[in-house]
Amino acid sequence: MEEVIAIAIGVLAASGVWLILRPRTFQVVMGLCLLSYGVNLFIFSMGSLFIGKEPNIKEGVPQDLLHYTDPLPQALVLTAIVISFAMTALFLVVLLASRGLTGTDHVDGREPKE
Amino acid sequence: MNLMPHLIAAPILLPLLTAAMMLMLGEKHRPLKAKINLFSSLVGLGIAVLLLQWTQETGVPGSIGVYLPGNWQVPFGIVLVVDRLSALMLVLTGIIGVSALLFAMARWDGAGSSFHALFQIQMMGLYGAFLTADLFNLFVFFEVLLAASYGLMLHGSGRSRVSSGLHYISINLLASSLFLIGAALIYGVTGTLNMADLALKIPLVPEADRGLLHAGAGILAVAFLAKAGMWPLNFWLVPAYSAASAPVAAMFAIMTKVGVYTLLRLWTLLFSGQAGASAYFGGDWLIYGGMATIVCAAVAILAAQRLERLASLSILVSAGILLSAIGFAQPNLIGAALFYLVNSTLALSALFLLAELIERSRSANEMPLFDDGDLPRPMESLQPPKGINLDDEQKAVVGQVIPWTMAFLGLSFIACSLLIIGMPPLSGFIGKLGLLSALLNPLGLGNGGDEPISNAAWGLLALLILSGLASLIAFSRLGIQRFWTPEERPSPLLRRFECVPIIALLGLSIALTFKAEPLLRYTQAAAQALNNPQQYVMAVLGTRTIPSPEAKAAVAEVTP
Repeated sequence: MEEVIAIAIGVLAASGVWLILRPRTFQVVMGLCLLSYGVNLFIFSMGSLFIGKEPNIKEGVPQDLLHYTDPLPQALVLTAIVISFAMTALFLVVLLASRGLTGTDHVDGREPKE
Repeated sequence: MNLMPHLIAAPILLPLLTAAMMLMLGEKHRPLKAKINLFSSLVGLGIAVLLLQWTQETGVPGSIGVYLPGNWQVPFGIVLVVDRLSALMLVLTGIIGVSALLFAMARWDGAGSSFHALFQIQMMGLYGAFLTADLFNLFVFFEVLLAASYGLMLHGSGRSRVSSGLHYISINLLASSLFLIGAALIYGVTGTLNMADLALKIPLVPEADRGLLHAGAGILAVAFLAKAGMWPLNFWLVPAYSAASAPVAAMFAIMTKVGVYTLLRLWTLLFSGQAGASAYFGGDWLIYGGMATIVCAAVAILAAQRLERLASLSILVSAGILLSAIGFAQPNLIGAALFYLVNSTLALSALFLLAELIERSRSANEMPLFDDGDLPRPMESLQPPKGINLDDEQKAVVGQVIPWTMAFLGLSFIACSLLIIGMPPLSGFIGKLGLLSALLNPLGLGNGGDEPISNAAWGLLALLILSGLASLIAFSRLGIQRFWTPEERPSPLLRRFECVPIIALLGLSIALTFKAEPLLRYTQAAAQALNNPQQYVMAVLGTRTIPSPEAKAAVAEVTP
């Protein structure tokens, strides 16, 4: 399972970086989205990956990390998701404003000279 | 009951509540909101000064105040900590905030909705970032201050603001992603996010994991260095700061200092001399990266044609000097750098406000907004146009009264330039002299004369002087172009509110010239405390939770 998650994070991050380096604003937004998905998965996997283990303490189960999954990265990732979602929404507004003011969707606000 | 520990949370709560109140007031009532905002900012500044005085009191161990917002035992809950460095930054933020607000109240706050609410959120983020002692909490406060700064950056709208704002936002979103990756890596290796706890755990990290830890710290540092404006991560800064409206740019003068502050705080805690195999990890990167920043900014400053651009590039020069000085991990140099930080932030903030007043009388389309790519204009405009008599023997222009506005702007510009370049007699000189003398005497004046001075120290010494020369040339040329060019144009209209903050900021800097000693003692003490992170670690980890009423009652029953 580790391999699958690692490859998924790598693919997300690589596509994100590639898209961020593209010249159109919408591509940059998509790139930032993909990158933040990759980062969120990365934080999540830092709590070590288990199947069938809970972060909540249950009666009768010894209280150590062998029997539970670490709840802290899950809490952190929740915060990170909310923040990156809000920032992407804000970025979309700026993108539209820039499109309206400059008449082009190039990130520099003007088309490159041929 | 002692109120003082609870006051540590006040600089965060006060702006939050004020902003919430303003959002409830809606779009109207701008004068009322301006008054509330000013009142709240002044109270915030007052609290910051109280905290500063508190850290000055002897008797408190290590002069460190710790507050547990959730009353959780330390490594598990969020902690707020105020020590000398944090308190200094809080007061500086308060001063800059009040000045920028006074300036904005004259004219700028009407340029868009929700200026005052965004302003308070920005203050909350800044105060929070200086107070928190938890890595993830630091991320949250960074996002708070960035979210507000995105709104403020776009305040007033217009093509150049939106277009440079787009770059500013995307760079910062990317830096936030790097911040998260770095924090997650550090958590994965050490299992904690509390800064004091990290300082304890890092020497114990097994050798196999050390590479991972260093990778995490490096990625985290890239995020902070992008905020602090280190070359080559600083190309977003100059267009964004030059395009932002004047009061916002004045606020942003402290935003690069947030990056410098977090680097200083984390680096001295996590990679102090006691960190075992990780001691002083990445110090050379700071030294040489800072130097590269100074070189690039000093070359660019020679080509600057607009005052806003000049001010933004001066921010980069000062960021480079600070980063490089921190990298030496030398207490007396860090103390001098902190003095320089206070002084340069005040002067740069004043310069941003001043730049707008000086440029106001020039029509907007006279100069292209982006002057990159253009060579500096020849000084032909200094030749007097026909019909204007500059020859003092013909006595035609003698007795002309200089309008008070031009006199005020000119004198303020001179004071500002002296402060930023670091020329005598103002406090900028004391700041630079402190840096130079600390570089030449690594162990402090009077002891250790045999200690050889490293090549890096000589390099920084030369760059300090050369960057001062470059600034001197650029400032004199722009000053001559703006004030001495004989042009027919009305002198700018100034409102009283707009002069007050400039006088206050420059007055403070000039007062620092005469009262440099207390501040220098203070910054040296702060640097000494940074050099001994055990005090900080002990103070934070030694803080006990306050028992609940039930627990108190139980204890009272057992021991009657």
